[in-house]
Amino acid sequence: MVEQTNKIISSNDVHLFYGRNEALKGITMDFNESEITALIGPSGCGKSTFLRTLNRMNDLIPNVTITGTVKLHQQNIYAPDTDTVALRKEIGMVFQQPNPFPFSIYENVVYGLRLAGIRDRRQLDEAVETSLQQAAIWDEVKDKLHESALSLSGGQQQRVCIARVLAVKPDVILLDEPTSALDPISSGQIENMLLELKDQYTIILVTHNMQQASRISDKTAFFLQGHLIEYADTKTIFLNPQQKETEDYITGRFG
Amino acid sequence: MNSKKWDKVATGVLYFIAGIMILILAFLLIYILVNGLPHVSWHFLTSSAKSFQSGGGIGVQLFNSFYLLFLAMLISVPLSIGAGIYLSEYARKNWLTSLIRSSIDILSSLPSIVVGLFGFLVFSIQAGLGFSILSGALALTVFNLPLLTRNVEESLNTISESQREAGLALGLSKWETVLRVVIPEALPGIVTGMILGAGRVFGEAAALIYTAGQSAPPLDFANWNPFYIASPLNPLRPAETLAVHIWKINSEGIMPDASQVSAGASAVLIIAVLLFNFGARYISARVYRRMTGGQ
Ligand SMILES: Nc1ncnc2c1ncn2[C@@H]1O[C@H](COP(=O)(O)OP(=O)(O)OP(=O)(O)O)[C@@H](O)[C@H]1O
Ligand SMILES: [Mg+2]
Repeated sequence: MVEQTNKIISSNDVHLFYGRNEALKGITMDFNESEITALIGPSGCGKSTFLRTLNRMNDLIPNVTITGTVKLHQQNIYAPDTDTVALRKEIGMVFQQPNPFPFSIYENVVYGLRLAGIRDRRQLDEAVETSLQQAAIWDEVKDKLHESALSLSGGQQQRVCIARVLAVKPDVILLDEPTSALDPISSGQIENMLLELKDQYTIILVTHNMQQASRISDKTAFFLQGHLIEYADTKTIFLNPQQKETEDYITGRFG
Repeated sequence: MNSKKWDKVATGVLYFIAGIMILILAFLLIYILVNGLPHVSWHFLTSSAKSFQSGGGIGVQLFNSFYLLFLAMLISVPLSIGAGIYLSEYARKNWLTSLIRSSIDILSSLPSIVVGLFGFLVFSIQAGLGFSILSGALALTVFNLPLLTRNVEESLNTISESQREAGLALGLSKWETVLRVVIPEALPGIVTGMILGAGRVFGEAAALIYTAGQSAPPLDFANWNPFYIASPLNPLRPAETLAVHIWKINSEGIMPDASQVSAGASAVLIIAVLLFNFGARYISARVYRRMTGGQ
């Protein structure tokens, strides 16, 4: 019973084809609210592809076919009447390469809000401060909110991108290797921030960094060649994997 | 050692070629300005042309050039932006859109005299617009539209896919992403292309000879009613532009000071085109700074 209400996203037998190439071969898994789930696996196994099925970003690629269902709050997001624009407001996404708009830091953060029609200056100012604080970058940028976001370092840009997502108050945040382009200190800052955010958001994180997955995630899913091989508590996956492939992968990386 | 030497030689050759280009350009500019500027005066810029006596000016032609430019840009800017957005953001890759692209490229390499004759047949004769500003503006649109469209398309293409993804992932619709993310980022390039296009249109003669005509009836600058025949704004009056005027004086000018008028007019034309070019750099830098937030 408790388990049921906890589930925020559940995917059921999701197959995805790029043209005729099957990149996801039937993925069934649930994501719990207020948890961090890590998706791991070797390059090309379909982690990014699966992440992008969760907010329908794959729809934008020509010749993609998707079957199966993905439910957010019990609603199938692949139902024909789904409003993808509204969906992406509920499920925010952060990319591998920081991609701030080449506008001021302030404008970056309020971009989604402005487009939602919010004009009130005080409300926008407040959202900027809260979001940047949540993204753990407020102190570094509070005196230069009106400078270009491109003048920041990569790590700072990535946190501004996270603040930009937080400002529209999604329920779920998808992150695709958000720290792989960053130095260890910036990565650490982002990891701590994600831990802080976990109470209010459901976080799904693709990472190649085993330490990162084991440090911050509650659950870990191991993908291989389009299959979900194993999905369990992070502790179990790292200390006591049930599948041979999982163990090989994890020990290979650590060893 | 060897590759170092070759590097030096290649660099030297490139510098030499670039130097020749600059010399030719500088020579042309200096020649035109030195010959023309002494004849340019306020009177020259504002009075009307004379056919048989000396002392004529280029006031009407100058006005015509700007008015025609304004009308041509008024038509071609929105069209090219729409077409460029379609090609860059919406068109699927198939034979139809590649046909459209090739047609645009072919259209943009048409000699302008051909565009002029086409305009003469279609706008002046068939559509019954005669020798008029409107015919001229439409011919200039045909001349300018392909280049502007490709410029818009290419400016939009330089914006990386990750920016579009950022917009879409933020819950913007496709159109909002184009309008609020991609276009603002591409704006400096688009503006530059528009201004350079304006410069090209401003100096264009061949496309206008048979469309806007070769006569510049005196204008009544006190009457701005566009329906009055001598009104500067009347789009149906014939309107010789500065570039056409230069061509005409040189081929059949019989005023005693024809060569001075021509030299002066050329200097004015060159200065205007230079202003467009520098304006393009200045404005696009400003736009870029505006977009990217101060500093
Ligand atoms: N846009 C695309 N068009 C065609 N095939 C694609 C596309 N994107 C990914 N693929 C293919 O789908 C498979 C899964 O790719 P995906 O990007 O999901 O892997 P990944 O696990 O994220 O890898 P990485 O760790 O390198 O990011 C790969 O075989 C890849 O070649
Ligand atoms: Mg990936």
